[in-house]
Amino acid sequence: MTSPPAKPAAPRRFPLGSLLYAAAAAGAVALAATTPLNGYLLNILMQAATYSVAVIGLTVVLGLCGQINLAQAAFFGLGAYAVGLGTVDAGISFWLCLPVGMLLAAGLGAVLGASTLRLGGHYLAMVTISFQQILTLVLTNWIPVTHGPDGVPGIRRPPLFADGQSYLALCVAVLALVGYAVWRMPKTRLGRAMRAVRDNELAAGVAGINVYRTKVAAFALGALLAGLGGGLFAGGFTYISPDQFSFAESVVFLTMALLGGVGSPVGAVIGTGLLILIPEWLRFLKEIPGLYLAIYGLAVILIVVFMPDGIWGFLGDQVRRLRRRRPAPPPAGDLVLEQAAGTGAPVLEVEELSKHFGGLKAVDAVSFAVARGGIHALIGPNGSGKTTTLNVLSGLYTPTGGRVRLEGRDITHRSPHARAAAGIGRTFQNIRLFRSMSALENVVIGAERPDNALVARDRAALEARAREALAFVGLEGRADEPVASFSYGHQRLIEIARALAGNPVLLLLDEPAAGLNSSEKNALTVLLRRMAAKGLTILIIDHDMTLVSDVANHITVLNFGRRIADGLTAGVLREPAVIEAYLGEAEGPATGLKTDLAPA
Amino acid sequence: MDLILQLLFTGIGIGSVYALVALGFVLIFRAANVVNFAQGEFSMVAAFLMVVFAVDLGWPYWLSILLTLGGMALLGALFNLGVYYPLRHRTYLPVIISTIGASIFLANTTLALYGPQPQVLPPVFEGQGFLVGPVFLDSQYLLIIAVTAALVAFQYWFFEHTLVGKKLQATSQDKEMAALLGIPVAGMIMLTFVYSAVLGGIAGILVAPVLFVSIQMGATIALKAFAATIIGGFGDVAGAIVGGLALGVIETFGAAYVSVPYKDAFAFIVLVIFLVLRPQGLFGERVAEKA
Repeated sequence: MTSPPAKPAAPRRFPLGSLLYAAAAAGAVALAATTPLNGYLLNILMQAATYSVAVIGLTVVLGLCGQINLAQAAFFGLGAYAVGLGTVDAGISFWLCLPVGMLLAAGLGAVLGASTLRLGGHYLAMVTISFQQILTLVLTNWIPVTHGPDGVPGIRRPPLFADGQSYLALCVAVLALVGYAVWRMPKTRLGRAMRAVRDNELAAGVAGINVYRTKVAAFALGALLAGLGGGLFAGGFTYISPDQFSFAESVVFLTMALLGGVGSPVGAVIGTGLLILIPEWLRFLKEIPGLYLAIYGLAVILIVVFMPDGIWGFLGDQVRRLRRRRPAPPPAGDLVLEQAAGTGAPVLEVEELSKHFGGLKAVDAVSFAVARGGIHALIGPNGSGKTTTLNVLSGLYTPTGGRVRLEGRDITHRSPHARAAAGIGRTFQNIRLFRSMSALENVVIGAERPDNALVARDRAALEARAREALAFVGLEGRADEPVASFSYGHQRLIEIARALAGNPVLLLLDEPAAGLNSSEKNALTVLLRRMAAKGLTILIIDHDMTLVSDVANHITVLNFGRRIADGLTAGVLREPAVIEAYLGEAEGPATGLKTDLAPA
Repeated sequence: MDLILQLLFTGIGIGSVYALVALGFVLIFRAANVVNFAQGEFSMVAAFLMVVFAVDLGWPYWLSILLTLGGMALLGALFNLGVYYPLRHRTYLPVIISTIGASIFLANTTLALYGPQPQVLPPVFEGQGFLVGPVFLDSQYLLIIAVTAALVAFQYWFFEHTLVGKKLQATSQDKEMAALLGIPVAGMIMLTFVYSAVLGGIAGILVAPVLFVSIQMGATIALKAFAATIIGGFGDVAGAIVGGLALGVIETFGAAYVSVPYKDAFAFIVLVIFLVLRPQGLFGERVAEKA
């Protein structure tokens, strides 16, 4: 193993944003502690601060990770009841009750998420609604423990913060800390993983992200913040009852998050503040039961249709337009692809691999081996089982039978992200990028591949690695642009760069030439040769026989799910069975070599 | 033994209602790939319309039913135009949130208009029912079961043996291809929403005399119907029916032998058991996304 070459350190940016934030937060806490407030105003601010913490929880679950949670009020209630029952009935310190409530909420959130998050989003919506209803039932009916509908009065605040003003300052300080953490979160490894999962689960999986665990983590974290907000709420109002934590309140939390914008904690605070103040101004709405919730329901639909990014999302776009461009980063170094010394053993061994869909044998006892270094092509007419084979190799399908070994290790039953960790990288026929991110961020996720020993885990090293990979495919100059602004062909190159940044042992390319024009195909041919020249092992599927015969040194041919030929390129293309599979009859040898025989 | 038979009858009766609402879920899910969280509110709105027409205004029952179902058809059409159509090209999450918003809007608008008092709707038949051996067959439950069976038969005939039914199937299986073949996809989806709203409405009319007519009934029924679709296998018509009946029976026995206040919790418990042990349900849904 050689150590990665030393790189010029990227200039550290002055943390202006963080300093401004700290100053503003300190100011807000001081203001809360010193400005004389009457009881009414104090209550409103207390409610706004504690609700905001819970709504920021939704920023994490819904905004960052794209998972719905309609039980935020239930988790809020768990935190509140932990503090309420703990301080009143058990006489335990507030400082102990608060974290217990948070852990309880996070734990139940994790269990709920773990049982549901493997499935589609609609399951999660319904399960969280159910959980919300059950908790309300329990809080109302389990009278010996929860006091039932009468609620819990006389909740004690911690000694230092016994008076309302200082307690409000405490709540604002906690809100500031939580807001800061979630504001920085998208740039952390976990935050990036959540965004990747939200944008494209399949691509996140093959890039090495444990999709399921990321979702459960987001869900538990969201519940944890709700528990924190609820605990503070209980101390703030010193009285709690089940109706404060009903499904209606979950809807209110959701509306707050959507109105302000789920993309940022700032949006959460804006949405919460507005939806606490507006009903106070429009008190008459509350006189008719149902009216204000009906308006909330309507607001949810209107926001989703007309302002999907919320108020802050809308404002944020305008701010971003005004912002100066960042200084250019140092020029990227040459991309290093480090391969284990050639032992002669094949990188990938596929033995008797089968994948059946009901009665259809899409892949039927196929065996082949991919030697280290060079380009191995898997070809065959439409419906011959190529893409199915690739999906089994990258773990998206579980095989019906057979074995897959990577560098001698059996990976047959590993999940997509575990295979990525073992060293398999891949691209998709229909491009799967993380649409909300820049090209650079997409490739950083590739560089973060677990067990990628080549790259240090700090941000500078990951970004430098990502720039190298983008430079390798010729897109370094546009690294900071959002992926949506790239042409189809360039998006394909970004996908290849994402896989290369992870320094894969084996790169699977799923029809990389599909949809490319002839000059782009020529560029791709050159790129494939440059990758092979770096010693990378590539398994490629493509219909373009010109491309395949130009770059591949070994070909395996499938037809109707079975292997019909395997060997060195020139030999395989002369085999009568192969020509017959492609042309329907055996014509003269080698005629197919220089033409595109891809069936439409 | 007598009690068991009695509970079984009641369970199948209430389960039929869940099955009808679940059917509405499944039809919209298949046609538009949308999980409609306001499906239960269709039943609630229909029950309140019945109270308005048949009780408050004192109009004949049959006329009230016709007017209510007409109102439900209109509601289904408006729902499609206002809640689904503007979001049809977005991902599932905004659509889910939008239908949840609609559910809250419908429930609370009804609350604002009608107040929180639960209402009573008299049953269709005057007679209470009759005894068959030891089991008392309540006339309303018999009606629920009969109407559900008739609707299921009608739906089978409609989808399998009419041209419109075939077009609806084509739309649910591949919208692009259906459009290329000249099938008016938007119209087919509109039809699905209208039909599902009417289906939910029928369930509401049938169940109203058994339960109190309340604002909460929509959410309760939707939760049960959703659990029923998961038990049966999401997106599967037969699964929705079997799941609905099974849930009705489980719940009735749970209430009789375990606990009444937590009756509504049994659906949730069964739901979680299925999610953990057999998420594809009894009849199975293809969960995998194609790479």
